[in-house]
Amino acid sequence: MLQVKNLHAGVEDKGILKGINLEVKPGEVHAIMGPNGSGKSTLSSVIAGREDFEVTEGEILLEGENLEDVAPEERAHKGIFLSFQYPVEIPGVSVTNFMKTAINESRKAKGLEEMPANEMLKLIREKSALLEIDRKFLSRSLNEGFSGGEKKRNEIFQMAMLEPKLAILDETDSGLDIDALRIVANGVNKLRSEENAIVVITHYQRLLDYIVPDFVHVLHDGKIVKSGGKELALELEEKGYDWVKA
Amino acid sequence: MDLKEKLVSSFMVFENRVDIDHPVHDIRSEAIKQFEEKGFPSKKEEAWKYTSLKSLQKHDFSLFPKEVGALEYKDVKKYFLHEIDTYKIVFVDGVYSSFLSETTHDGVDVCLLSAALSKEKYAHIIERYFNKTAAASDSMTNLNTAFSKEGAYIYIPKGKMPLKPIEIVHFSTGTEAALMVQPRNLIIADENAELQIIERHQSLTKNPVFTNAVTEIFAEKDARVDFYKVQNDHKEASLVDNTYISQQTNSRVSVHTFSFGGNITRNNLNYYQHGEHIDSTLKGITILGDKQHVDHHTLVHHQHPNCESHQDYKGIFGDKSTGVFNGKIIVDKIAQKTNAFQQNNNVLISDKATINAKPQLEIFADDVKCSHGCTIGQLDENALFYMRSRGIGKKEAQALLMYAFSNNVMESVRIPALKLRINRLIAEKLGVDLGFDL
Repeated sequence: MLQVKNLHAGVEDKGILKGINLEVKPGEVHAIMGPNGSGKSTLSSVIAGREDFEVTEGEILLEGENLEDVAPEERAHKGIFLSFQYPVEIPGVSVTNFMKTAINESRKAKGLEEMPANEMLKLIREKSALLEIDRKFLSRSLNEGFSGGEKKRNEIFQMAMLEPKLAILDETDSGLDIDALRIVANGVNKLRSEENAIVVITHYQRLLDYIVPDFVHVLHDGKIVKSGGKELALELEEKGYDWVKA
Repeated sequence: MDLKEKLVSSFMVFENRVDIDHPVHDIRSEAIKQFEEKGFPSKKEEAWKYTSLKSLQKHDFSLFPKEVGALEYKDVKKYFLHEIDTYKIVFVDGVYSSFLSETTHDGVDVCLLSAALSKEKYAHIIERYFNKTAAASDSMTNLNTAFSKEGAYIYIPKGKMPLKPIEIVHFSTGTEAALMVQPRNLIIADENAELQIIERHQSLTKNPVFTNAVTEIFAEKDARVDFYKVQNDHKEASLVDNTYISQQTNSRVSVHTFSFGGNITRNNLNYYQHGEHIDSTLKGITILGDKQHVDHHTLVHHQHPNCESHQDYKGIFGDKSTGVFNGKIIVDKIAQKTNAFQQNNNVLISDKATINAKPQLEIFADDVKCSHGCTIGQLDENALFYMRSRGIGKKEAQALLMYAFSNNVMESVRIPALKLRINRLIAEKLGVDLGFDL
């Protein structure tokens, strides 16, 4: 599904990613771990198409298609979803209206009619139940005044609504208490299927108790320095990042 | 002959059209003298530093249209808030249109200034209020006063409230190659009265129009007035809008100004507080493109203790447009416990757009809460990326952000149908169809 080949990227003259290779197949869950500043968030932003970063070498392929020069919104239409570490507040635009806009923009891009209102309502109801989100929450302004947990839950709710092929969860566990973490992880697990893939980016092993990965990669100084199964995460937790830096 | 000379010499012609024995005519005569002395404001004056009316003075404006264009309601329906029932005071090329209007004298007076000036029963009100807030003013107000004869006259007696909002709409039809109009509105909410007004200036062709309007609003004790100005005119239409508000104890007056269109627009909005526990609200959303120019010049004069003012102006400037915000707050020494707030936030979406922002606080009291915040920035790239990563196109994402940016101002609009209309105008102005009603 996703192939990242020898990816080099950075801002201005500063290289951040220095030759990343990664292959994610349908149905797989990959975890990317690494210390602060190793390039985890940059990798997720570059895959989602953030224009602030310049890709200087290598390529990203989604289902065999090169994503070079593909705008972020088009990547979303093709099935990439990025859950933000710090979701943005948009006063005056309700969660529901934001979702309607996102879904209909995506349908427009695919040449489809707007989703009928009753269908949209049904979908919203179904997906919000998955994340234990109540109706009042949906009419609030997007992320405005949301707690850390609410923001992350809302991110996964959006993921559920948009049904991406490839979901990248950037530090989804940060700022979550254990209950919120469980709800978010449950939501993600229910969305797992043989057709989609998930990349979990995290600093700590904690989230991986709930979202169990098939593969774990350790990122250090812009390169994947170690890959393995889920046991690698435990080993890392035990030995610390200095172990892989050596 | 330049426009100033033309105006001054036309005063005699004007005198043939009005009752020169009416006491108001003394006020007019004095005003034309003032105007003759001062002339049009120039950029040398501090208050007009960023707005030049020079380009307007080259047109040969008709001052008294020979023929008034005929309008069918269906052709202009879209400029009214037709989704709800309203009273309407409508002027076509400066002349009252009874055909398009819906006035009333049923418990409240929603009618014409010309009627109020000609009928004896209004004389005491005219004497008490006319030109009382606008007297010591700049030359544009003097000019309007000199030629004041027509406009809206609204009087809401004690404890009354009209059954529906009032629309004041000025159309110009383009029958004249270039037209100058000077509407004069007098609005009085007596004790504990309440009213809502929506005002709009709309030209129907691309012929140049220059409107120099004066509105005086008097809110007596406990009165409440909400005034909404919709400025979305053609690119050849210019407007100098002078609004003077006089408030008594415990009254609340709000003015929302939505500036999306026009060529040169200058809004002079002046609040004078004459009692305690007064609330004055001034809000605006400005969205400009092309070479449009909008200048918001506000004044809030706190002259008594325990009053509040809330000011919030948002501006979005594209292309080569220019914006000016000059917000002056004066707190007299006696006006202790004043709460005065001023916000002015601007977003530049083009390298060639300009904003000149100038907060001016003159505080002579020592126990007050005054705050002002002025920002000029670009749209948040992180927020744009967030929305785009959810599949929302760049333009739509920008529009949503701009909408979010101006949302604070929309929150206090108390007529839902108007709110919806403004939201649609914003979406239209930003060139997006978001698939839902913002």
